[in-house]
Amino acid sequence: MAHRAPPLSRRLLLHGLLSVAAMAVLPPLAVPASSPLTRRLSGTDVHLPRVGLGSWITFNVGSDPVLLEECTAVMAAFFTAGGRLIDSSPMYGSSQATIGHGLAALDAMDRVYAADKVWTTSPAEGPAQIEASRREWGVPRFDLLQVHNLLAWERHLETLQAMKASGEVRHLGITTSHGRRHDRMEHIMRHAPLDFVQLTYNIVDREAERRLLPLARERGIGVIANRPFQQKRLIRRLADKPLPPWSGEIGATSWAQFILKFIISHPAVTCAIPATTRVDHVRENLATASDPLPDHGQRRRMAEYVRSL
Amino acid sequence: MGDWWTYHPEDFLMFSERVYTRLFMLHNQALWPAQLLALALGGLVLFALLHPRPGSSRLVAALLAMAWVFVAWSFLWQRYVPINWGIRYLVPLFVLQALLLIIVGATRRDGLGLPTRWSVSRGLGLVLFTYALVGHPFVAPLVGRGLTGAEIIGLTPDPLAFATLGVAVMASPAGRTWTLAAIPALWCLISGVTLAILDAAGAWLPPLAVVLALLARWWPEARR
Repeated sequence: MAHRAPPLSRRLLLHGLLSVAAMAVLPPLAVPASSPLTRRLSGTDVHLPRVGLGSWITFNVGSDPVLLEECTAVMAAFFTAGGRLIDSSPMYGSSQATIGHGLAALDAMDRVYAADKVWTTSPAEGPAQIEASRREWGVPRFDLLQVHNLLAWERHLETLQAMKASGEVRHLGITTSHGRRHDRMEHIMRHAPLDFVQLTYNIVDREAERRLLPLARERGIGVIANRPFQQKRLIRRLADKPLPPWSGEIGATSWAQFILKFIISHPAVTCAIPATTRVDHVRENLATASDPLPDHGQRRRMAEYVRSL
Repeated sequence: MGDWWTYHPEDFLMFSERVYTRLFMLHNQALWPAQLLALALGGLVLFALLHPRPGSSRLVAALLAMAWVFVAWSFLWQRYVPINWGIRYLVPLFVLQALLLIIVGATRRDGLGLPTRWSVSRGLGLVLFTYALVGHPFVAPLVGRGLTGAEIIGLTPDPLAFATLGVAVMASPAGRTWTLAAIPALWCLISGVTLAILDAAGAWLPPLAVVLALLARWWPEARR
């Protein structure tokens, strides 16, 4: 596909200057000292780190140059710590453009596993929206495209399947959140060829354990867990409670790590996608994808402890 | 979809308070020194409201209409829509408000009736307008956002909505001017909900402006 160079504008010039400035200030993308644990996507040779990066709210910063550079710093820390999967959606305001800004500034196109969504009630608008999203990211193609919240899922999945067949996208999937529409998601998982599902799963939102996670394992479908911290609500709720004295056994030094360890230790979960605006938090999140991870008994103990608080 | 009611209000919020408040800082930086002109024009409107003369109502309506169009373009479209796609559906309402001001206030021969005698509705209308002009800009520094984050009449939506509500409730005839209050009141409610979800200071101010406007309009003496 040929791309025409955009005309030089003040905005473009400023964007370029800021990107150069970011490259000068930010540390180079070094190979991490210890790579995060990964999980292989069934039927492929794709191994993804067990912790990714969400962009809901956190990367929706408009054209604010200060906040754009902060997000770029978060992405730099994410890649330096071995992260790969970044998830966004056309629904997330300017998040896609922020990711595109960061990828360009960090020259990290080859390090990202680009996961985005199609989000429109009109199946006919799907391809144009996907192309607009791709331009915002600045990637040659998406690694994963998902039907956001099952919106017009039948027709969008047809589009994504055609794109996958022609090599325009590597993987496809569907998403839901807040534990909703699991019946429909189960139906699609049983009948459509999917590489990924994205759903809400954390230590208190465990509805997916009943049917969807076992089904994903059975059918070799990757699982991306969204809302790991219930949009900070869970962290706030637990903030003044003590970690259990045995949290060291599972390698958790904070509530964020405790919660993430619970999520990513489920055998069906490919990765969790916490979103953050802070470099120290993204490092802390990636550090969670390391041994030890809790076993089945420890997971049950973790859930019971949180329930008792 | 039948499960909207199960969402939390914050589930619909797409941006953080920091991003929202920085919109005003960036807006002020980009427009400086237009703030001085906006405040001067606001002062001119306040003078016209205090000492109405022939032609005052047209001046008031025309300046407010210009402000609604300017805010729709410069703040909503340029700054707010990129972080909140839902706002694009409100932009036409801002333009409609400008048209209503022109139609009701500036083109009709009799225009808006600006009262000269003191009454509760005139007093509350002037309070709303004066607060929008000289009080609201100080909310930002008072809540720690600094004067650079000040919301100025004619440049940002909240004080413009307060000011227009003030004019709408004090002007006559009531049967015509209520149409000028609907969109500002709607904006105030949206703004109040947004600020409340963001847990931002001063979230109660926009709904309070609507309450004052309703009080002024429903006050017994206001049956004009």
